[in-house]
Amino acid sequence: MPNAGGDWGRPTGVRRVEAVFRGRQRAALMPYLTAGLPDLASLPRMLAALAAGGADAVELGVPFSDPLADGPALQAAATAALTAGFTLDGLWAVLERTLAQYPLPVVLLTYVNPMLAHGAARFVDRAAACGVAGLIVPDLPWAESGPLRRLTRDRGLALVPMATPNSPPGHLQRIRSGAGFVYGVSVTGVTGVRDQLAPDVLAFASRLKDAVRLPVAMGFGISTPEQAARVGRVADGVIVGSALVTAVMQDPAHAAEVATARVRALRAALDADGPDGPDGGDGDGEEGRRPT
Amino acid sequence: MGARPGPAIDLKHPEGLRPSGRGRFGPFGGQFVPETLMPALEALDQAYRAARRDPVFRRELGEILGRYVGRPTPITAAERLSEAVGAAVYLKREDLCHTGAHKINNTVGQLLLARRMGKERVIAETGAGQHGVATATAAALLGLRAEIYMGAEDVDRQALNVYRMRLLGAEVHTVTSGSRTLKDATNEAIRDWVTHVRHTYYAIGSVVGPHPYPAMVRDFQAVIGREARRQMLALGGPPTHVVACVGGGSNAMGIFHAFRRDPVALVGVEAAGEGLHTARHAASLSAGTPGVLHGALSYLLQDADGQIRLAHSVSAGLDYPGVGPEHAHLAATGRARYEAVTDDAALAAFHELSRLEGIIPALESAHAVAWVWSRRGQWPKGARILINLSGRGDKDVDQVARREAPAGAVGGGTDA
Ligand SMILES: Cc1ncc(COP(=O)(O)O)c(C=O)c1O
Repeated sequence: MPNAGGDWGRPTGVRRVEAVFRGRQRAALMPYLTAGLPDLASLPRMLAALAAGGADAVELGVPFSDPLADGPALQAAATAALTAGFTLDGLWAVLERTLAQYPLPVVLLTYVNPMLAHGAARFVDRAAACGVAGLIVPDLPWAESGPLRRLTRDRGLALVPMATPNSPPGHLQRIRSGAGFVYGVSVTGVTGVRDQLAPDVLAFASRLKDAVRLPVAMGFGISTPEQAARVGRVADGVIVGSALVTAVMQDPAHAAEVATARVRALRAALDADGPDGPDGGDGDGEEGRRPT
Repeated sequence: MGARPGPAIDLKHPEGLRPSGRGRFGPFGGQFVPETLMPALEALDQAYRAARRDPVFRRELGEILGRYVGRPTPITAAERLSEAVGAAVYLKREDLCHTGAHKINNTVGQLLLARRMGKERVIAETGAGQHGVATATAAALLGLRAEIYMGAEDVDRQALNVYRMRLLGAEVHTVTSGSRTLKDATNEAIRDWVTHVRHTYYAIGSVVGPHPYPAMVRDFQAVIGREARRQMLALGGPPTHVVACVGGGSNAMGIFHAFRRDPVALVGVEAAGEGLHTARHAASLSAGTPGVLHGALSYLLQDADGQIRLAHSVSAGLDYPGVGPEHAHLAATGRARYEAVTDDAALAAFHELSRLEGIIPALESAHAVAWVWSRRGQWPKGARILINLSGRGDKDVDQVARREAPAGAVGGGTDA
C-alpha cells in the first residue's frame, strides 16, 4: 500500500514502529514524556535527551484536563503542561520541525477528547504529516476503535491496542489485527510509580505474547531499572512513564539532563539483563524473552 | 434548541467515532473507558438486563420504593403559583422522597443490583453530596460498604452532607486533584473502579458515564414519569409541558421517559449561572459542543483544544460540565428543548415557591420553576405544566441565607 503520508522514501509509521522490535536481543525501551513539560519550547531538547539516553522509541503524551487512566504523577504533569501554555497547534508546530530529523519513532498518547476537538481525521492527518508514527488512546477501547483504525490505516499510522490482566480471551484475539505492538497494561489500575511490580506481570506478559502474535510492550507501574529489567526478560518492550516524568518535574531547570540520566540507567539495566547479559538465564524459572 | 453541530464533529457522522450500535442514542453515548473497564461494563450490562426481567428483583425494588423511599410521590396542584404565572402548574413531589430528592430512586436500584452481583464494596462520586447521601443510605439499608468521592471544594461547602454520609456509615474521600469539584471526584471514582474492578460496584449518580449507565439510571428514575403520567390523567388530563432541571439529567430523563411518545413539550432547564455570555455557567446543551467526558460522547463545556472547562452554578447539583448522552440526542432530534436559567432567576424562584406554596425547593429544582415563572402571563390558554420538583431545599437554606445577608448578618433578616 502506498504511503498516504505523501513523502515517499520515508517508511510508514507502522513500519518504523515494527522496526523497533525486529531482531532485537534485548527489550526495547520506550520512555513516556508529557508533551509540553516543562514547556513546549523545550520539547525538541527533551526528545533529543531521550534519544541520547538510549531510548528505542518515544511515547509522547498529549496533556488532557481529565486523564482518567492516569495516577497523580501524570495528571500533575498534564496540569503543569497546560498551565505552561500547551496547545495542539503549538505541538504540531514543534513536531513539524523536529521529527523529520529525529532518529526514533514517536507515538502520541492522547485521550479521545483532545483528538476530537479539531476532528479525528484532521488530528490523524496532522500527526502523520508531522512524522508521528502511531497513536495510543487510553480511553478508546478496541470495541469503539473501528473508525479510528480505518483513519490510521489509511495514513500508515500504528493504532496501538491495549490489553489488561483482566482482558478476556476474545479481546486478545481481536487485537491481533492491531498494528505496531500491543500495549500490555501490567496492572488493573492507573499509571503511577509503584514500589513493586504486580506479582503476575511476567506471567501476564508471556500469556499476552502467546495470544497476540505482535510485539508486546509492558507499561503502567514500571519505575526502576531493576523493575524494567525484570519485565524486559519477558516483554519485547518496556514503557516507563511516571517515574521519569516525576524526576523531570522535580528538577525542571535540568529537565533534559535528568531525562537522559534516567533513560541511560534504564537502558543499562535492560542491556545487562538481556538473555545474553551477565544476569540472563539466571534459572529463576521465569520464562525468557523470545526475540520476535 | 435544534440540531447544532459543534465545530469539530458532524453529528450525523462524528468523524472517527461512528455509532457502534450498542449503548448509543443516535451518535451519542458509547463506552469511552480504559480497556480494564470493558469486562466490567459487559458484566454490568448482562446483570442489569437479567435483573430487569427478573420478577424477584422487580418485586424487591418495588417494595423498597414503596415502604422505604415513600413512593408513589404525590402530585400537588400548585394553585397560588398557577394563579401567579397564568397557567395550571403541577408539581411532581420528588422532594418528598426519603433523603429529600429523586437521587434515591437510582441508588436503591443500583445497589440492589450490586448486591445481586455479589459486590460488597460500592463507590460513588458526589458534588453537593446528594447522590453521596443517597448512596450511603441505600448501602446502609442493604448492608453494603460505601465509599464516596467528593471534591475538596465541595467537602468545604457541603460540610453537613459530609457528616450525613459518615453518620450513615460511609467513608468519604476528599479529592484534591484538578478542579477539586464533581468533575474530578468522578475521575477519581473511575480510577478507583479501574483499580478495584473485580470486587467494586460503581454507582453513578446521573444518566451519564459509559453504557449501560445512562440507560440504566434512566430506567431506575423512569418511575417518576410513570407515576406522573397516571396521576395527571386522574387530575383531569395530560400535561402540555413537562419541565425539569438538567444537571447530568437524571430527574429530567426520569420524568420525560414515560411522556416520550405523547404530544407533550419536554423542556430541560440548565444552569446559566452568571449568564451564557460569561464563562461562568453550566449549560452544556445550550452553550457547549460535542465531546467525550467520563465515558460517553455528549455535549460538554470545553475549550477549542478539547480541554474541559469548569462549570459554575449557584446550585451544586447542576455544577457539571457535561450532560447525559440521551439528552444530547433529544436535543439534536428536537424531541426535547433545552433552556437555561441564571443563578439570580433560580434564587428568585426559590423564594416564590416557598412563599406561594409553602414548599422550599432544592436550588436545582428552582431552575425548573424559574423557567416557568419567566414566562408568566405568556402561557397559552389551556397550558398544563408539570414541573419535576426533584428535591427539597433544606440543604440550600444556609447557603442562600448567607448569600443574601449583608456580611456578618446571617439570620438577622427583617422578619426576625
Ligand atoms: C435535587 C436535585 N435535583 C437535580 C439534581 C441534578 O441532577 P440530575 O440532572 O441528574 O437530576 C441534583 C443533583 O445533585 C439534585 O440534588
